[in-house]
Amino acid sequence: MPEKYEIVRKKVLTPDISSISVCAPLVAKKARAGQFIILRACADGERIPLTVSSTDGELVTVVFQKVGDSTMTLDELSEGECLTDFVGPLGEPTPIEGVKRAAVVGGGLGCAIALPVAKALHDAGAKVDLIGGFRTRDIVILEDEMRAACDDLYICTDDGSYGYHGFTTGKLEELLTAGERYDRVYAIGPLVMMKFVCRVTKRFDIPTTVSMNPIMIDGTGMCGCCRVTVGGEVKFACVDGPDFDGHLIDFDETIARAATYKEFEQRRKAGHACRLEGMGNA
Amino acid sequence: MPDMTLEKTKMPEQAPEVRSRNFLEVALGYTPELAEKESHRCLRCKNPRCVEGCPVNVPIPEFIGHIQEGDLEGAYKALSRANALPAVCGRVCPQESQCEGRCVRGIKGESVGIGRLERFVADWALEHNVANTDKAPANGHKVAVVGSGPAGLTCAGELARMGYAVTVFEAFHVAGGVLSYGIPEFRLPKSIVEKEVGKLRALGVELELNTVIGKTLSVDELFDTGYEAVFIGSGAGLPQFMKIPGESLVGVFSANEYLTRINLMKAYKPDSPTPIFVSRKVAVLGGGNVAMDAARCAKRLGADVHIVYRRSEAELPARAEEVHHAKEEGIAFDLLCNPTEILGDEQGRVRGMRVIRMELGEPDASGRRRPVPIEGSEFEMEVDTVIVAIGTSPNPLIRATTPGLEANRRGCITTDETGATSREGVFCGGDAATGAATVILAMGAGKTAARSIDEYIKSK
Repeated sequence: MPEKYEIVRKKVLTPDISSISVCAPLVAKKARAGQFIILRACADGERIPLTVSSTDGELVTVVFQKVGDSTMTLDELSEGECLTDFVGPLGEPTPIEGVKRAAVVGGGLGCAIALPVAKALHDAGAKVDLIGGFRTRDIVILEDEMRAACDDLYICTDDGSYGYHGFTTGKLEELLTAGERYDRVYAIGPLVMMKFVCRVTKRFDIPTTVSMNPIMIDGTGMCGCCRVTVGGEVKFACVDGPDFDGHLIDFDETIARAATYKEFEQRRKAGHACRLEGMGNA
Repeated sequence: MPDMTLEKTKMPEQAPEVRSRNFLEVALGYTPELAEKESHRCLRCKNPRCVEGCPVNVPIPEFIGHIQEGDLEGAYKALSRANALPAVCGRVCPQESQCEGRCVRGIKGESVGIGRLERFVADWALEHNVANTDKAPANGHKVAVVGSGPAGLTCAGELARMGYAVTVFEAFHVAGGVLSYGIPEFRLPKSIVEKEVGKLRALGVELELNTVIGKTLSVDELFDTGYEAVFIGSGAGLPQFMKIPGESLVGVFSANEYLTRINLMKAYKPDSPTPIFVSRKVAVLGGGNVAMDAARCAKRLGADVHIVYRRSEAELPARAEEVHHAKEEGIAFDLLCNPTEILGDEQGRVRGMRVIRMELGEPDASGRRRPVPIEGSEFEMEVDTVIVAIGTSPNPLIRATTPGLEANRRGCITTDETGATSREGVFCGGDAATGAATVILAMGAGKTAARSIDEYIKSK
């Protein structure tokens, strides 16, 4: 029997992206596509929000990218070790009712979250196109899983090294121009990608759901750190979202807010690198 | 013979210029000598009005009497029988409007320093590992408590003493609720909170951290798993904003966020991975204890700090001591001022605030004189950070996921005077029922609800 919060499986997907499956029976039982968890990798560590990628029995799988100090610390843990904290499922599930024909667009790490949404839609009987975008062929993740969760999978690479040459927005636009009509488009990935997906779908007048992943602490509506302006109204992504109507989101504000602690992160990253160098010299 | 000195025995504290640059506790507490001296100022009234002023009815003359006799263990037993968190209350209760406000010594001169003596006795017990483990034998009944703040911990402690098996569910990774995330280290050291929680664990109270009731488990699922009653003490954690333009600019924070980063996530420590905004000039909006806490934290992180409050000094809702301490530490008070807009630069970051001056008009529903804007008095204030500390309301998670649980217009769960809600077996107390109030009122409600839960389970 695995222990509470034990990392039962760990897979390195790319040099920067790993997936961990954590023993958390209560969370695994409740989590639905689109919901997230918050974990801490060590005592005194940051609370890291991560959207659930899949669940299996007592296990909850999340995929993360090493972007800062805290995710680097998380990556240092191996199978058999335990996280300090793991709480969820938080937020509302992605709404999929009534959707018969959908396009799910994932960008980079966002594909790990696009996957359960596509799967939920597909399992509910919808015909699903899944468009996954990556910078280059070497960092394509979860291809087989994605293929199994949709009707048609379109991998895009910025440099054309694999699949469609160009951005996900380009592929989506191509499909729409060719006459595909979706009940709804789901976009999950970098803010800039979601912003431009929404521009495309707005032109074709297709309802679009985007998944926000702003800075947050508690994930239960307590700090207000994750607020996003939707249709002129302030919402908390952690409890009102994380999914919102992409045509109503103030993306520019959200992009600015995402950079709130950029300076702090850069300073810390520099500190981390220095310490590592120091260790190498010793 | 009582000591008839008119003033309270002073409690040593860190000098303002020193403490405004550290997060160590401001007030240092009485020494045994100072405590004994102060204890002799108590007349041990036959009809003690101080006890009536205390929401948990601490037997004040009794515990102070033990100090007079040098029996600190006896003092702690008397105190802890009525109060599950005495080291906390001695530090954060608004004594001036409760026990000390009723003290006869206050008619001529200053009241007895009841809060300071309470803190002294509780700290002595923590330091000497003296515990009050008096409890009834286990009665085989299970109760769930939602939230590990002052209301939940008190309710849990009371029920554990009555022999119940109590589990407290906490959403965060640390117990204590507002005592851990809200009140700063320099006012309530987290080691004190941990030790008080440890005493409740020693009484047999179980703690389930990282469990969000309303998400991880519902109230109904708690009943399904064998709990016979549920106490909701989930507090008022939802931050309110001013609803003025510019509130989503980078550099605008709820006091909850700012304080949680600093207190719970330890951003004040230089090696903490928790990001905290580096501020030059900060405006804190509001005049309550939370506003004072946020302002004093920002000051300690090196900023120039202004409290911006729409009424006058007399209406500041904060404890008198907090206002006094804030002023000593060099925090400016811009009173009778109300922001109308937060101004941003091209990058979406705060560069200033538009503020209008106010004057006091007729009393409003709260009995306080209503602030009225003075036309044409608007001015711009240059700040790079705005912390909004104008209040919080109860979190909707539980009421939204518990069918049949009624709440009022402000989102507070409706209860009767016993703490019973509209759902059978579900009780509620503290900020979740009243909206944001004080630690001690929440504790009083937790205590009342514990008695009601006991009666409810016995009558089943």
